[in-house]
Order: sequence, then C-alpha cells, then structure tokens
Amino acid sequence: MIDKPRIGVYVCHCGKNIAGVVNVEDVAEHVRNMAGVIVAKDYRYVCSDPGQDMIKKDIRDYQLDRIVVVACSPRLHEPTFRRVLEESGLNPYLLEMVNIREQCSWVHMDEPDKATEKAKDLVRMAILRSQLLEPLEIKEVKVLKSVLIVGGGVSGISAALDLAEMGFKVYLVEKNESIGGHMAQLDKTFPSMDCSICILGPKMVEVARHPKIKIISHADIVRVEGYVGNFKVKIRENPRYVISDRCTGCGECQEVCPIEYPNEWDINLGVRKAISVPFPQAVPSVYRINIDYCLQCYKCVEACGAREAIDFGQKPKETELNVGAIIVAIGFEPYEPYQLKEYGYGTYQNVITNIEFERLINAAGPTEGKLIRVSDMKVPHRIGFIQCVGSRDERIGHIYCSRFCCMSAIKQARQIKEKLPEAEVYIFHTEPRTFGKGFEAFFRKTREYGVSVVRGRASKVLEDPETGNLTVFVEDLSLGKPVEVEVDLLILSVGMSPPKDLESLSRTLRIPRDPDGFLLEAHPKLRPVDTHTAGIFLAGACQSPKDITDSISQAKAAAASVAALLSRGKIRVESMIAHVNQDLCIGCGLCQEICPYQAMTIQNKKSKTIPALCGGCGTCASTCPEHAITMKHYTNKQILAEVVTAFQR
Amino acid sequence: MAEEFEPKLIAFTCNWCSYAGADLAGVSRMQYPPNVRVIRLMCSGRVDPIFILEALKRADGVLVTGCHIGDCHYVSGNLHAEVRVKLVKKALEMVGLEPERLKLEWISASEGEKFARVIKEMVDQLKKLGKNPLRDG
Repeated sequence: MIDKPRIGVYVCHCGKNIAGVVNVEDVAEHVRNMAGVIVAKDYRYVCSDPGQDMIKKDIRDYQLDRIVVVACSPRLHEPTFRRVLEESGLNPYLLEMVNIREQCSWVHMDEPDKATEKAKDLVRMAILRSQLLEPLEIKEVKVLKSVLIVGGGVSGISAALDLAEMGFKVYLVEKNESIGGHMAQLDKTFPSMDCSICILGPKMVEVARHPKIKIISHADIVRVEGYVGNFKVKIRENPRYVISDRCTGCGECQEVCPIEYPNEWDINLGVRKAISVPFPQAVPSVYRINIDYCLQCYKCVEACGAREAIDFGQKPKETELNVGAIIVAIGFEPYEPYQLKEYGYGTYQNVITNIEFERLINAAGPTEGKLIRVSDMKVPHRIGFIQCVGSRDERIGHIYCSRFCCMSAIKQARQIKEKLPEAEVYIFHTEPRTFGKGFEAFFRKTREYGVSVVRGRASKVLEDPETGNLTVFVEDLSLGKPVEVEVDLLILSVGMSPPKDLESLSRTLRIPRDPDGFLLEAHPKLRPVDTHTAGIFLAGACQSPKDITDSISQAKAAAASVAALLSRGKIRVESMIAHVNQDLCIGCGLCQEICPYQAMTIQNKKSKTIPALCGGCGTCASTCPEHAITMKHYTNKQILAEVVTAFQR
Repeated sequence: MAEEFEPKLIAFTCNWCSYAGADLAGVSRMQYPPNVRVIRLMCSGRVDPIFILEALKRADGVLVTGCHIGDCHYVSGNLHAEVRVKLVKKALEMVGLEPERLKLEWISASEGEKFARVIKEMVDQLKKLGKNPLRDG
C-alpha cells in the first residue's frame, strides 16, 4: 500500500457497562498519538445511530481508511460496524473490533486500573493489526430456495407450512414413522382445553397435501456438508417393508396380522400389530412392518393383493438433498424418572408419568379415555401429582424449569375433576409457575374445582403392597410440618430432557449445546432462533424446554428468518479464505491432505484454493512447510503484530 | 513490600467455541485475573508454532484454546492444533523451558466458567514458575 493507513479509534462507554470499570477517556488518550491514528474518541454508545453517524462523518472528514471500534464482542456487533464501513464506501474488512466489555470490564470489575491497562494493550494490538488489514473481495453466490426441517413435531410442522406458503420447497425429515411429535400424544392442551389431535391433525394433513412439502419419515440425517445457501444433506430412509407410493393406508393388512406388540407411541400401555401405523391419524398414512416381531406369515401380502405394497426385501435408502437453509426442530424427550428411586417409578405400578396420563385419559388411548389404574383396573378416587420431577433438580443435572409441567398438572387435575367430580386431587409443588397468557386464570379456575395445592417437595413415596395405594411424604410448607397423604394413583409431572440423539446431531450440524444439553442459540435475546452456523436455525424444545404456544412462536420466527435469508436470492460467501502463493508452493500436497473441505486442488504440481469450498479455518496456512499459504484476514503478519504488541509498553 | 510478580499470558482462541466461551464468562460476570491478552483466530488449527514461539519471547505463558475434539467448527482443525502444541512443548523441554508455560485447553461456547477457571489456574501456575527467562522486557 502506498498511502499510510489513516485510522479512527472509537472507544465505547456502553453506558456504565464499560465506562463503569475501564477509564475510557484514558484509553482513547493513550492511543491518540500512535502512528497512523488520525482520530481517537470515546463515546457513550458507539453502536447507536448517532455513534454510527459519527464514524461515517469522520471517515468523510478525515479520509479514514481503517476503523477500530473498542466496545463489545465482535460476535455481537462486528456485522453492525462492517455495515457502517460499507455504507461509507470502505471495504468491510478494514474494521477491527476490540472486546473490552465481555472480555475486560465485565470480568475485571474489581480491578479498574488493571482493566484499563489491559484495554490499552488490546487497543494497541488492534491498531497495529488494523494497519496490516487488506480489503477482501466480496463475492456473492446464488442460494437454493429450499429448506430442510429436521423434526416433524408441532414446531417443524408450523415452520414447514409457513415456508411452503411463501413458496419455498420444504423437506420435512422425521425420525419416527409419523409426523406430529409429542403434541399428537396429548389429550388436551392448556389453557384452552382444545383436543390436541383435533387441532394438530388438520395441520398434519395439510403438510402431507402441500405440493411444496415433501415428508421423509422414518429417516435419519447422515451427513451435512456445504454452507449457508448451499447445504448438501444426506438422508437415510429406514426400511418400512412397505412401499410408500403403493400403500393406500387402507389398513386391510393390519386386520389380518396375527401379531401384537406394545405400542411405544401409547407409552406401551396399548398394543399395535406387527404391520400397522402407530396411531390412526398418522401422517404419512403408510403402514410399516416391525421386522423384529413379524412372523413372515405373509397374510398381509395376501390382503394387500394387487396393490403389491409389501416388500420384505426393502433396504435403507440414502438420498441427497440440496437446501439453502436448515431448521432444527427435534424437540425433547420426557424425563425418565427411574433414577429418582424415592418416587418408586418403575417399581410401584400406580406411579405413572404425566405423558402416560395423557394416553390414559385420551378417548383414542388404550383405555378409551377411562381413567383407571393399570394395576387392578379400578377407578382411582384419590390422585396426586408430584411436580418438578426431572426439573429444577441439581442432583440429576437438570437445574432448569421445564416450563410446561405445572400447567400440565393443573390441566390434568381439571380433567380428573371433570370426569370424577368426587375425586380428591392433590398437587404437590415447589411453587406453581403459571406465567403464560391465560395461565393464572386457568389455575384459579381449577382451584375452584376443589383441587388441593400443597406447597412442598415430596420426599418419598411408599406403596401398600396389598392395595397398591401410595403414601406421599411431604413437608407442607404452608403448615410448616410434615404430612402424609394416601392416594390411589400418583402422577409424576416429568420435565423435558434433551433428546438422546441431540449430541450426535449437534456434531453433524456443527452447532454447540448449552450447559443443560439443549442447542445453543446465537444470542439469547437478539438472535434466539439463529445458531452460530449461518443458515441453520432452531425451533421448539430442542433449544430449551417450552410449551406448544412458545414452540409455534419460535417455529414461525425461524421460518421468517429462513425466508429473509433465502428471498434475497444471493448471499455473500466467506471472504476470509486461503490463498496459495504459486511461486512458493512446492506441490507437496500437505494442504490438500489436511483440508476438511476438499478446497485444495493440485494443478501443474502447484496447490490452489477452490474459493467456494474453503471454510476459512486457516489450518492449511499453519501446516504449509513453505509458508506459501496466506490465510486472508488472519495472515501471519497480522497475527504476529498482535503477539508483538500484546505486552509492549 | 515488593510488588507481586504479575505474569503475562497470551491466549489464542478460536472464534466459535473458546472465544464464545470467553464472552460467556463476561456475560455471566465471572471474574478472572486481567493478566491475559486474547488473540482471536477463526480456528485453533490456525495456530502456527511460530506464533507460540514469538509469544513466548514476550509473555510468561501461552494458552491455546479450541473446540472440544469432535466439536470443531471446521471439523478437524483442533486435531492439528493438538499435534502442534505437543511438538512445541517437546521443543520447549529440549531448550530447558518449563513445558507448563504452554497449555492447550478445549473450551466450548457454553463453558464460560471453564474459561475463567483455566485463566485463573494458568496465571497462578505462572506466578509459581516466575518470569519466563526467554522473555525480553
């Protein structure tokens, strides 16, 4: 570069967030006379409109060509300030951000002097680095107007319908045979007491019928490659032993099948045939043979007749999808309370979970909606609920509130009182959380039905082996003394756990998980449905426990975010890529060997980068024995400038 | 009273996991010693042995952090970082420098607490080791 860089430095107060600890005036003053620095200012909120305008004006007035913003994390506001540079006609890569909030003022709150010294060092490092920054080429590629949605629960369904209505092609991949998720298992929803499948079923059918949506059920995600706008996803469809296109869903095969096995969808309380659908409203309405139970008597083949839908030779089928964006909506798993021995789940027959209760009280469930205990088929008259089972419990590593179980218990208590008005119903709770719209009114109304709400965490449950009745031991915090309550049926209000396959999926998609094990959003407030991998979004309980209302809200937000991304038609690709100096390259091929993206190719015994494939990690640059590879924006010179300045005073 | 030795620590972080972890430490207001200067890279695989050696001419210790094995945003960059840090550690031993002055840690985006702890532990350790004899100034 012929002209010397002209640098503007802007130190942000962030109200008191930074200025409350770091002496921002001192920091600005410290660098004001450094070589290349034309202006150095401190300002209350640099990210505000006037703050941005100040930078733009300075760029004009002083012909600045490097901007150093000393504020919060670049992970938060780098895009904001890059835009400021672009709008001023500068290449966005001529920006350098210094993080003195998350990584200085907030972590050294009791050491203002040392924090200020550190801030000065960090700013000097950035100024040195900024002098070496180079404009990078901005490239755009076309984005595919298609979306993969992983998970066909209510979140996936809502997002799929919204996107399909906007004209995008949607692939809805579901692990189970049918879409619908947990909502399809529920009897009624709170606080509106809608019949769950009655409001979900039509949506499921709409998904199946929509010309823009393709459901791929009973399938897994094998691999995800590519980048925002152009993902390549490998899907494996597991064999059903029934050919989807030929199955009419008539159910004649099921009628003749002699084998029954526990229906997992009915929490093993009911049975299903070896060839069947898990529930009558299943979508797609394609039957499946469970080969582990099938006798291969071929009665189903006979019943199917000329339709010839049954194929015992079916193998897993792999297909590749090309999509522009991905929404992850794989939901949750109900907490399995075996570990909490004090409640006797799995040992005492009359201790069940809230999800099992949903099937028990459901008219289409195994008891046709008749509320009975499984142990002796008797109608229970005293029923208890224990709250926070698998939630807010440090012992099992679930410190979070699952956000649905309080309302679920209140709703279930109401359902019991509607069916058996004389029944005694107790809810043993830590504290009822009725935060949503209409929740508190619903809770009050339920109490009017005569439900006893006992504040206190149940410490243990004992069974009377003769009657199968259960005694709940709890310290009633309102009375201030321990009480014992005998019930005929006990329902554990279990919370949500991250699905077991979330770990492997998070690796396949390269999106991190939070300390609770759910998927991590890009920012808890500003980007709640984005992930740190561009083009991948989150919806529903896989991000954190939430009820149906919140899941749908998030699904709609994710759909809108995908639409905002894909409607542009084009997207910028990574500018920070590797570049091989052809004069220095000896063609050893080491870079090609280590590149995870196959972005290095050898032509005429020289290595070259394929720009569209390069992910920008820079591992090749530090591997090259000849130092022939430059990692743009993270060159050796730029990084070493920071190293050299780090403690230089 | 003589002033306590304040070690100088340079930390290389990857953008996706460990830098985010450091941000989370801040958001959660976890306090750690201000002796560290973080240099943000896109991937721990970018860390060249030269960076470590140059850093050891100016600091008392160097920390390299990245995503946990299997979680690398760029699939395998952290595996290369691991090999290089091991090699440099050997070289340090050969020239008689305490290998503890160089440390490799995997810190995820959700491990703010770990980031704060690692910095604190390393600063404590460097205080015990004293000034790096290779450091100028």
